Amino acid sequence: MTDLSPHQPPAPPGSIPHADVEHRLRVTDTDPKTAKRAERQVASMFLLSVLFTILFVVSYIGIDKTATIYIPVMGEVGALQIALGFTLGAAIFLIGAGAIQWAKKLMPDVEVVQQRHDQVSPEADTLDAAGQYERGKEESGFARYRMIRRTLIAAMALFPIPLVIMLRDLWVPTPDEVGKSPADILSTTLWHDGLRIVSDGTYRPVRPEDLPVGGLISGVPADLLEVEEIQGNLNARGKAAIILIRMDPADIRSQQGDGWDYQGILAFSKICTHVGCPIALYEQRTHHLLCPCHQSTFDLADSGEVVFGPAARRMPQLPIGVDEEGFIVARSDFAEPIGPSFWERG
Amino acid sequence: MTTSSPIEQAGGATATYVDKRLGSNKFLSRNLAKVFPDHWSFMLGEIALYSFIVVLLTGVFLTLFFKPSMLEVVYDGSYVPLQGVKMSEAYASSLDISFDVRGGLLLRQMHHWGALIFVAAMAVHMFRVFFTGAFRKPREFNWLIGVGLTVLALGAGFSGYSLPDDLLSGTGLQIARGIMQATPVIGTWMAFLLFGGEFPGTSFIPMLYSVHILLIPGLILALVTVHLMLVWVQKHTQFPGPGRTNDNVVGYPLMPVYMAKAGGFFFVVFGIIALIGGLVTINPIWVFGPFTPDQVSAGSQPDWYIGFLDGALRIMPNWETVIFGWTISWNIMIPAMIMPGILFTAIALYPFIESWVTGDKREHNLLDRPRNAPTRTGIGVMSIVFYCLLWVGGANDIIAVAFDLSINAITWFLRVAIFVLPPIAFVVTKRACLGLQRRDREKLLHGFESGRVLRLPHGEFIEVHQPLSPKDLAVITSKTDIVPLPAPERTDADGVRNKLYRIQALRHRLSTFFYGDNVPKPSAAEIEAGQHHAAHDAAIEAPLHDYEDADQIHTFHGGVLHHPGMEETNAQQIADRSHD
Repeated sequence: MTDLSPHQPPAPPGSIPHADVEHRLRVTDTDPKTAKRAERQVASMFLLSVLFTILFVVSYIGIDKTATIYIPVMGEVGALQIALGFTLGAAIFLIGAGAIQWAKKLMPDVEVVQQRHDQVSPEADTLDAAGQYERGKEESGFARYRMIRRTLIAAMALFPIPLVIMLRDLWVPTPDEVGKSPADILSTTLWHDGLRIVSDGTYRPVRPEDLPVGGLISGVPADLLEVEEIQGNLNARGKAAIILIRMDPADIRSQQGDGWDYQGILAFSKICTHVGCPIALYEQRTHHLLCPCHQSTFDLADSGEVVFGPAARRMPQLPIGVDEEGFIVARSDFAEPIGPSFWERG
Repeated sequence: MTTSSPIEQAGGATATYVDKRLGSNKFLSRNLAKVFPDHWSFMLGEIALYSFIVVLLTGVFLTLFFKPSMLEVVYDGSYVPLQGVKMSEAYASSLDISFDVRGGLLLRQMHHWGALIFVAAMAVHMFRVFFTGAFRKPREFNWLIGVGLTVLALGAGFSGYSLPDDLLSGTGLQIARGIMQATPVIGTWMAFLLFGGEFPGTSFIPMLYSVHILLIPGLILALVTVHLMLVWVQKHTQFPGPGRTNDNVVGYPLMPVYMAKAGGFFFVVFGIIALIGGLVTINPIWVFGPFTPDQVSAGSQPDWYIGFLDGALRIMPNWETVIFGWTISWNIMIPAMIMPGILFTAIALYPFIESWVTGDKREHNLLDRPRNAPTRTGIGVMSIVFYCLLWVGGANDIIAVAFDLSINAITWFLRVAIFVLPPIAFVVTKRACLGLQRRDREKLLHGFESGRVLRLPHGEFIEVHQPLSPKDLAVITSKTDIVPLPAPERTDADGVRNKLYRIQALRHRLSTFFYGDNVPKPSAAEIEAGQHHAAHDAAIEAPLHDYEDADQIHTFHGGVLHHPGMEETNAQQIADRSHD
């Protein structure tokens, strides 16, 4: 409020000084007919809102949740969803529109003024606060009792430790994981010598002749489903997923190990070495594998080396062969950890 | 006293009852008439607040129907294409919300749209506060709270986006885990603890759920409350205008005008989010299918506010170093930890840096026009350009497909542009601001150019300059000239070495960089003379308006001064004009 000089009569309760600003009257201020119309507009908006709320309830009860309706531009859409969204939106919007119209047309639009004051406290208060602090410090003896002070600081510094330690069991190792560090676990997968590669989805073992030159199959270990059943999660899949591709053996410029292919069939991890997205965008002409998340590109004809993008590590290759029945099998686990880099990876 | 209805009498009695126990009438007396200034840009923060409330309300409904569990179930709901498919309970219940709970899809989409609008409104609100200097003393704390809220909002958005456990959101989590693992020393342990072992595990979604519905919203609610209390206590800033000073606040009283406008605006925002949520599909999780860690779809995109981080990850070169057998993944740490860390720290500290550089310790309740702080405005535009380039990077695959460009070329362009374009944006913005300052100075010294050319009786052509309206005059003269800090002396008068020389010299250079180029505001006398002169111009033209065909003269942007009672001689007029 403004400071009132003693010569002025005190302001009556409920008044605010007008700002020293030019004010133009609105039509609703001067023309009672326009004002009346504005009143009717506001009331109609509130009334329409009531109507839309009723329509919402009617739609909720009356429209089947599977019914669809054709609306131009939007196409075939759920009738209930559209009806509920429109009626709810309209009912709420009209309350707001009515209130704003009321404020703009009928409530006073004369600007008023209040004074601001600096945030800083009066000098006397600051002095008193400082004095009270000194008194408190003196009375507690915090400055005098050095031993109390230091032991208190030590106690306060240590007491949160249990709270942090108790986070340890957020991860309870499974029987297989006991005694292994996270880095060890990240470095091994289900694959081992002689384990068949099955096609993801059908879970049928793959023969070399199933895969034409230029073809690609997403593969998983033959025992994946049982492992998933036992562990109750998808963890093993996230590490063991591979792609099998076949190229003309003459196109293979290098591999991560001698003879890790089988007649031009190569197996690579499907998990990107950048941040771990699954990859399956394979261009057979260039033998490039492109990650859809951050566009790291790997050349599968050249040991899976990175040719573009943010990934720093090549795509790990899985050595393969065929078993006596002629199905493609792994010959060992991956020679290096699959997926994103981590501190202990080396 | 006016007559009261029975309801009002009951209300009055209640107020008295409460007041006797809480002293609440003191608060009402001070605050029912509290003045709030009006400007369209002040609604940006309101949009953020209101969309947050809508997100809270719709979120409460969603918690009643959502099951945050990664246990495997077989879907048997009414969405036919996924019937019989194994999926997590989280995904199945998200499908139920979308197809079997009436209004569930509406609430889910309102929740998602509301969240997008919440973050967008916060960002634009932050731009407004930054470019107008509203963060200056005494409002630095509120700026910090705002930065904290922005970070929390990103966390709220990402944690919510990940809950339905569809293929798209699961891939987002997979990326988040990959980033987490790249943290030096503790990365793998952090990832194993948070995910309860390997990815995806079965414990992360329940954990994320409590973070999303309890921890983050609780923090946001607490900070929003403090944010608003500070606005209330410190009173809102206002734009310059007639009658507005640094020491007053001009606007409308809380009751009734501001209550009706702001309260009404809440319903407008709420209603519009409901309309969008009802009519525009967002995040159709049923299209993506359940999450499995070995599948992904091309063209996957995060929500818009995560795009800049994704873009940074995409355009970063593949640097990695191995030291003594330890791996340091610069290719992940720089874009996903170091860059955002620096960005948000710089944003948070900006008010303190600017105040230190400029030596400005006054309270500022009157907002700056962005042109009058060209360096600040330049820094702001530079940062926005930086952010937008990263954002473009996040969509490089979409852009490559849409415009048939090489994705490698786009990535290389961005790797260079991220260092080149922001400084260019800074220089261009700063120059544009200085140009606008010069134009303001012209307006004060000569009035504004009306575009109407007159030929005087003695043959001279002049363009009529008109005096500024009181509003323009108040706005333009609100500029305060700040002199850069003086260069320090190496030794004082007694030859004592100045120990603070280096730091003072740095401040001098920075403050010259900040203010050195500013176009000084003319003195009050010059302004008055200038406006007087413009008024004189306008007076010469005035008789033209008596002409019957004055309109026609104006159409040709010119005219001949010719009126019967010619008061001034040519010589007088020439003498008048030669003052310039």
